[in-house]
Amino acid sequence: MIRVDGQGSGNSLIQVRGLSKTYRRGGEEIQVLQRLNLDVDKGDFVGFMGPSGSGKTTLLNLLGGLDVPTHGSITVAGDEITHMSGSKLTQWRARHVGFIFQMYNLIPVLTAFQNVELPLLLTKLSKSERRKHVETALSVVGLQDRMNHYPRQLSGGQEQRVTIARAIVSDPTFLLCDEPTGDLDRKSADEIMALIEELVAKHGKTVLMVTHDPVVAARAHTTLHLEKGVLVEASKLEQGVVAGGVR
Amino acid sequence: MKFRSLIFANLFRKKVRLILTIGSFAIALVLFTFLAVVNSAFSRGIDIAGADRLVIVNRIGLIQTMPISYGDQVRAIPGVKYVTQDHWFGGVYQDEKNFFPQFAIDVENHRKVYPEFIVPDDQWNTFVKDQQGAVVGARTAKRFGWKAGDRIPIKNTLYGPTKTWEFNLDGIYHTEKADGDESQFWFHWKHFDENVPAAVKSTAGWYILKLDSPDDAVRVAKTIDAKFANSTSETKTETESAFAAGFAKQFGNIEFLILTIGSVVFFTLLLVTGNTMAISVRERTSELAVLKAIGVTDRSVLFLVLVESVVIALFGGLLGLLLAWAAIPVISVALNGLLPPLLLSKTMLSVGLVFAVLVGVASGLLPGIGAMRMSVVNALRRV
Repeated sequence: MIRVDGQGSGNSLIQVRGLSKTYRRGGEEIQVLQRLNLDVDKGDFVGFMGPSGSGKTTLLNLLGGLDVPTHGSITVAGDEITHMSGSKLTQWRARHVGFIFQMYNLIPVLTAFQNVELPLLLTKLSKSERRKHVETALSVVGLQDRMNHYPRQLSGGQEQRVTIARAIVSDPTFLLCDEPTGDLDRKSADEIMALIEELVAKHGKTVLMVTHDPVVAARAHTTLHLEKGVLVEASKLEQGVVAGGVR
Repeated sequence: MKFRSLIFANLFRKKVRLILTIGSFAIALVLFTFLAVVNSAFSRGIDIAGADRLVIVNRIGLIQTMPISYGDQVRAIPGVKYVTQDHWFGGVYQDEKNFFPQFAIDVENHRKVYPEFIVPDDQWNTFVKDQQGAVVGARTAKRFGWKAGDRIPIKNTLYGPTKTWEFNLDGIYHTEKADGDESQFWFHWKHFDENVPAAVKSTAGWYILKLDSPDDAVRVAKTIDAKFANSTSETKTETESAFAAGFAKQFGNIEFLILTIGSVVFFTLLLVTGNTMAISVRERTSELAVLKAIGVTDRSVLFLVLVESVVIALFGGLLGLLLAWAAIPVISVALNGLLPPLLLSKTMLSVGLVFAVLVGVASGLLPGIGAMRMSVVNALRRV
């Protein structure tokens, strides 16, 4: 159950309470997020939509522990991350978050296998265990036969698949997708969304996704709209609104 | 190191840049090593000078001589163990480019004062008995392909009518230390004295004396200079190391020059490699941001950048030292004795390598700290 009213059960995987983020630019304060609440359960697939500058990516950065809020708290699987030190937050990210970026952000000088292996280099897994995990992740995204290819030898859709494999290889608590299809043609975008849906449906992954594209957003269980830093609407039309929360 | 494939791949990301950076390191290291070798060549006399040896020269200057009678008077001073004298010959072997120092030596006392020059006893005994005999350092013998028994003609440029003096090469000396001076050519002072014009007869270019104890140096030096004060040949007595240092300074302040050039080389190299690393890191801003996003710590990011710059420095350094190792003996021969022998020691190679690593660390430090402090959010926004 995804709720935005701050009245979640307390057992949600992700709990956001009173989250605000303010930037100072040239002496002026810009409030990007304002007292935002959010509850996301394990296995949920939520899409965030909104115009440019509405705070979608800022919210994603805060949820992923890449940025710290001005006020409020974020609790993930019982860990309150807003007061963690920089190094603790880094360790937490390695364990709990899988990132999927619009521009793929693969390391161009590493093969698909080596790119996917990167998060595992931070674990204590042996070389053979790492290989097994990487091969599994690449087979989930259908690229086991391309593991020795460099990013330049792959299409945009394939590159994004490698990014997804990198995001899931360490079995993180949840995935954060920032415009995952933003740089792809429609066909490739469909394939990527089908893959993300499969991760949610088959593998029980929790996915939070930012997108501009209503067609892509419609693939999520729930779409939340951010406007001027406030979650103003929750929609997944066929599922209806329940007491400020949605399902 | 789990990240070695990433470090290795990053190193070869821009091959031309890598080759140029390693090349600049190598050339700088060749220059640095060459300067160090030249400096060492000039200061070698100071380093190997005996603490218990004094040198007496004419107070007016090194080219002025002193009466041979000073030897016995000096020998009588308490604290003086042995005294020997040398005289500069300044001859030419075949061509002026073939320079090596030739000294008329006091055969009786030379070995007592300079035990570090090793001549086999049989060769020395032959030399002592042979008035036209000569002993030469192994380096000079090798340079001209001389061997014991050879007849060596030396053109006389300073003394008397005889145009060419011929010597029998009776022996070849070595030194205890690998970097000792093995370039000298010695012959009998008596032979010299018999063949020079009257004005030069019975004179010594300089005296070298060995003391009973280095503690006596100041007292003995003062006694000698006081003894010959107000004579026609006043003396200046100093320790052998001070004499060698003064001799080296005739060429200018070599150490200062070399330090200055070395510093310029160091900072130029630092700027070149620092700039290269900064560009390299800036190009990878988004990749470093992704690494940080997936959980690579700030310290590890710094470490990755530093390892990269140190590896470049090490490769460049090793290549430079290899080139120096190959080139310096060739340069030394090509200089034909114009400079003291240029010897590249293991210590210099180690110093060169440490120098390279230091430059590597220093050049990677600023870009590395920048990458370490980089905000992931800002870096990803720049993509």
